[in-house]
Amino acid sequence: MKPIIKVENLGKQYTVGAIQKPNGNFRESITEILKSPFNFFRKPDEKDKFWALKNISFEIQPGEVVGIIGRNGAGKSTLLKVLSRITEPTLGKVELYGKVASLLEVGTGFHPELTGRENIFLNGAILGMRRGEIAKKLDEIVDFAGIEKFIDTPVKHYSSGMYVRLAFAVAAHLEPEILVVDEVLAVGDAEFRKKCLGKMQDVSKGGRTVLFVSHQMGSIAQLCQNAILLDQGSLVMNDKANKVIEFYLNQNNIKRGTYHAPPNSSEKVMFIKSAIVYDENKIEKTSFQHDEEIHIDLICSAKEIVRYSEARLVVRDARNVTVFTADAELNLLDENTKEFEVSYRIPPNILRPNNYSLIFVLFVPHQLTIELIEDAVFFSVFDGGTKYAQSEGMDYGVVFSPCESSVRKIA
Amino acid sequence: MKQVLANSKESKTGVSLPSKPLVVIEPSKSWVALNLRDLWHYRDLLYILTERDIKVRYKQTVLGALWAIIQPFFTMLIFTLFFGKLAGMPSDNIPYPIFAYTGLLPWTFFANAINNSGNSLVGNSNLITKVYFPRMIIPIASVGAGLVDFIVAFILLIVLMFYYQISLTFNILIVPFLIILTAILAIGVGMWMSALNVKYRDIRHVLPFLIQIGMFVTPIIYPTSLVPEKWQWLMALNPMMGQIEAYRSAFFGKPFNWFSLAISVGLTCIILIYSAYNFKRMERQFADIV
Repeated sequence: MKPIIKVENLGKQYTVGAIQKPNGNFRESITEILKSPFNFFRKPDEKDKFWALKNISFEIQPGEVVGIIGRNGAGKSTLLKVLSRITEPTLGKVELYGKVASLLEVGTGFHPELTGRENIFLNGAILGMRRGEIAKKLDEIVDFAGIEKFIDTPVKHYSSGMYVRLAFAVAAHLEPEILVVDEVLAVGDAEFRKKCLGKMQDVSKGGRTVLFVSHQMGSIAQLCQNAILLDQGSLVMNDKANKVIEFYLNQNNIKRGTYHAPPNSSEKVMFIKSAIVYDENKIEKTSFQHDEEIHIDLICSAKEIVRYSEARLVVRDARNVTVFTADAELNLLDENTKEFEVSYRIPPNILRPNNYSLIFVLFVPHQLTIELIEDAVFFSVFDGGTKYAQSEGMDYGVVFSPCESSVRKIA
Repeated sequence: MKQVLANSKESKTGVSLPSKPLVVIEPSKSWVALNLRDLWHYRDLLYILTERDIKVRYKQTVLGALWAIIQPFFTMLIFTLFFGKLAGMPSDNIPYPIFAYTGLLPWTFFANAINNSGNSLVGNSNLITKVYFPRMIIPIASVGAGLVDFIVAFILLIVLMFYYQISLTFNILIVPFLIILTAILAIGVGMWMSALNVKYRDIRHVLPFLIQIGMFVTPIIYPTSLVPEKWQWLMALNPMMGQIEAYRSAFFGKPFNWFSLAISVGLTCIILIYSAYNFKRMERQFADIV
């Protein structure tokens, strides 16, 4: 199929000097010239230039929803700005085979003195809607925002929640073929966020192409089929969303996913030599999708097997809440065991998206702690697209619970 | 199977892509097209931004649109007192108050328009960095907003004409054309200033100063006849001069000075075209430096 967006060798260069002093006025230029008379005529050389985007090429098919991820300063926003024609590229070419609407901010151009109704028209027109189109959708927009009562009140009297709801309601009713969205869903309360995500999904189901920047991997995983990873202005990866997210998170995770015993451990009667974390395909990693199995293997050395000893695994989340504990009895090992392995398997759909640390303990209940290693291994779980993704960033519990729910009409 | 799926998706969603791209984004060449079609497409935005500027201007004021009359009215009173009565300024046999008012009216519009539109791009930087639309709309809308005040202030002129029993002639029919001409001149100058202002904020300080000088080199408080005839050609190089003279001829039924009006029309067109191209050339940097 023919792409709806075609980006070829796109590059955007900024002159660093021009960023530092955008308001260079006449007097400043004069003092600048007096200070260093030859500098003025010097062309800005390469070290003053900075490529915010370099050699970006990709294609997007109609109806695709594509997430753009990357660290701060990776060039995500610059890319969106070029695609929405706010700023010009320095090199390369973009071909757009459809109408574009961009939403880099909710409520662009809202004027505090104007009423809700007036701002709907203003904001709509700024986003490229025709007056007639806005008038037709006015009721729907007001309804979506849930601000019927205040529609003729100046927005400066709105609460910030109402303001955001109104702003997003206008944007949600745009009908472009290509929608470019920056991290705008980070605002608003949970319920409204859910509504917006739903609306965005409707948009993509309606065959519209969506480009979506977010730091919330759950939203990306839930909304997008594909994702593009940018790093320092270059395109690193363009693939299925889950793959890209996993790659990004693993690359980002500097904390270790393996444990090796410190040199002096061998004095102990029993000790943990090493530990690794891996998935069901035996691939070692530190970041797991919520529906992947998490395996943990401990290799232990022993001078002798202490009677009634057990190997305990403690899973703690980022807030230091102990999520659960799992104990393995070591009595089954025969007496002249010198080395043994303890394997744990955390089934899929248990741990909520979070960062986890593991504590390993070798102990005899109520008697003796043989070895205790805190923060031995770290790993994280990310949302690969659950219905809870909309609550990402909020406290919605430490585990996915098998709690069942049913709804029954009574009257 | 894949093919079928793709087809069914296409028909379901009604996506059929044009064979040529709707928009091509690439670094612009040194020669830039004005892209007037784009401007036309966004005409609703022009209308709504103008409306916004008008509404916002008199929000939370007690007197509202009356300010549009009060300002030129009191300026007229002061000018009449100092220049008309105390200095005894000649006014081509027209009562001085109405003579001054016919000059002040277009001048006030012009001065406010270039001042507002000169500062408009910087004032709307939040729009420029967040969304695409033809940037020209912003300075044009600022001028458009001033147009309403201008027309409101005409009411006072009509009252004054009754008061001084000046009868209308067919000359009055040229007034709509003159209003458009003044507006175009204001757009030309304002657009240029607004673009320069993005890069050099000095413009903000230069503008009020230029406006003050302009007020004295334009025959507003004095008639052109006061200037020695050999220097009048020089005055005609100020496009506002021909226009102010034409306004007076239109209201007082005197013969037009076609020569100075023609120069004014010519200069207005040149300024508009020059600043439109300049604006387009500078436009691509706006989002990066504003």
